[in-house]
Amino acid sequence: MSAGRADANKSGRWLGLYVLAYLVFLYLPVALIPLFSFNDSIQAAFPLQGFTLQWYATLFGNPALSGALLNSLIIGAVAGTGATLCGITVSYMDLYGRSSLSATISAIARLPILIPGVIVGISLLILINLIGLGPSRIAIVLGHILVALPTTVVIMRSRFAAIPKTIREAALDLGASDWTTFRRVMLPLSLPAIISAFMLAFLISFDEFIVVFFLAGTEPTLPLYIWSQLRFPKSLPTVMALGTSILAVSFIIAGLAEILRHRGVAAAAPRPLDPSQPKQNERGELQWHST
Amino acid sequence: MSTIVVAAPPSSRSSSGFRLGMSLPGALVTFLLILFALGLVLFLAFRNNDGSLLGVGFSVANFVTVVSDPLYWTVTLRSLIIAGLVTLATVVTAYPVAYYLAFHAGRRRGLLLFLVTLPFWTSYLLRVFAWKIVLAYNGVLNSALIESGVWSEPTLAFLNTPAAVVVTLAHAYAPFAILPIYVALETIPKSLLEAASDLGARPFTSFRRVVLPNSMPGVLAAALVVFVPTVGDYVTPALVGGPASTMIGTLIQSQFGKANDWPFGAALSVCVMLVILCVVLVARGADRRFGSRT
Repeated sequence: MSAGRADANKSGRWLGLYVLAYLVFLYLPVALIPLFSFNDSIQAAFPLQGFTLQWYATLFGNPALSGALLNSLIIGAVAGTGATLCGITVSYMDLYGRSSLSATISAIARLPILIPGVIVGISLLILINLIGLGPSRIAIVLGHILVALPTTVVIMRSRFAAIPKTIREAALDLGASDWTTFRRVMLPLSLPAIISAFMLAFLISFDEFIVVFFLAGTEPTLPLYIWSQLRFPKSLPTVMALGTSILAVSFIIAGLAEILRHRGVAAAAPRPLDPSQPKQNERGELQWHST
Repeated sequence: MSTIVVAAPPSSRSSSGFRLGMSLPGALVTFLLILFALGLVLFLAFRNNDGSLLGVGFSVANFVTVVSDPLYWTVTLRSLIIAGLVTLATVVTAYPVAYYLAFHAGRRRGLLLFLVTLPFWTSYLLRVFAWKIVLAYNGVLNSALIESGVWSEPTLAFLNTPAAVVVTLAHAYAPFAILPIYVALETIPKSLLEAASDLGARPFTSFRRVVLPNSMPGVLAAALVVFVPTVGDYVTPALVGGPASTMIGTLIQSQFGKANDWPFGAALSVCVMLVILCVVLVARGADRRFGSRT
């Protein structure tokens, strides 16, 4: 027994070292982008030359860049709102609608995770050309709602499922209508999850490239702008300065979303555990096969 | 108090307006955007290209070309092999990380989970670009090797190879693999491991006979979540792959761009979806097999 314990400790140490190496593998390539963004050379190579902020200076007063940024922000906000709204309603009806149609809608809404981005892009391209819309910002918004939908549905579903059923039943028994119960009880209780679903949907839209590649008309988003700049070796340091700024903002938003989600989970935690219920899965967004 | 009770209409319990209002956004998005759009791809795949939006006539000519022209065979097979290698590399390297998180991390678990998932929220394009910086002829790896005296000349052997595509994609999809495996490992009851140990199983035996089979649903989910986006990817082959690693996503994209043969592009997409469907069915079958063990 004690020999086994010692073995476990030893293997734990080795695993710890492995995890450390893995984190280096994860972060080292990404860390090069900020590193070279301050390097006074057009070549991204060692040894580093001098420290400079000139690449950051080139970011300002660039109308193509600021236009793409504004585009990405607008599309992210609208698509994030749309995906969150769909995520809330689809998962609410799935859990409380008690109809097979609602369950089917919920299953289809999580389907895009099993469709490669290229195919999401071309299927929407065909659709929007058929209805006469053509590549446009609206088309991109629709595409991004689709791409973000599985994430928002799964986040909202696990949050709604974590709210004790008795709370909703109590509201209905006290005479509140379905709308009132939803608006005054269920929505406030799931607010942290709603905000984190919106933030993640916004980030997904903000970073999304493959779908946008097919649906963008004359107004590119930020990833499309970066893609167009990658062809010119001269503009690579500027791309790295831009990339560093995006990394910083993404990290901050992801951190905030994480904190909010933990707060939401913690709020749902203090209740008697029911062993017959499966363990609530707060990180289920990648669990395509659950339910 | 009493006003609330009076104000509530008797029919409020089964409000059909509520049902309609709550179902509408999801129904529109799922039926119109997902099912109808995918149906259009399927429809277009059986049409002949005449330059118009929806093509003319009905035939299986596109599929005959896909099957008979060796170019499409080679590229499809290559995409499957590369996506398979990426999936294998990602899952195998991610498993020990998930294992550590589930059984050894202790108080550091929350922080480590956050650190592991954080790269997922940074731009995919930038992560691929970072690998281009690492692998390029004038890049970080070459310059570091020359600086440290291992190499005297920069080598072209890193960039524009299928290996570069595999490493880059394995890096880009790492967080996707770790999370489902971690979730599966987390749900294994600790009492099961204690029982194995009490019955005299050595650590490796109990890993092989208890932990590994019980974590298979997570491994399969991870494999799918990595395989699906990589098989259709065209950003990574374009940036770090070179001509020898053209994948099916690049071909589909060019049919909708330069070649302007939408029906054929749709047929290629249908083939990709069929391959993914097969993989999903195999994964489900395997999932059920492992599920019945416990």
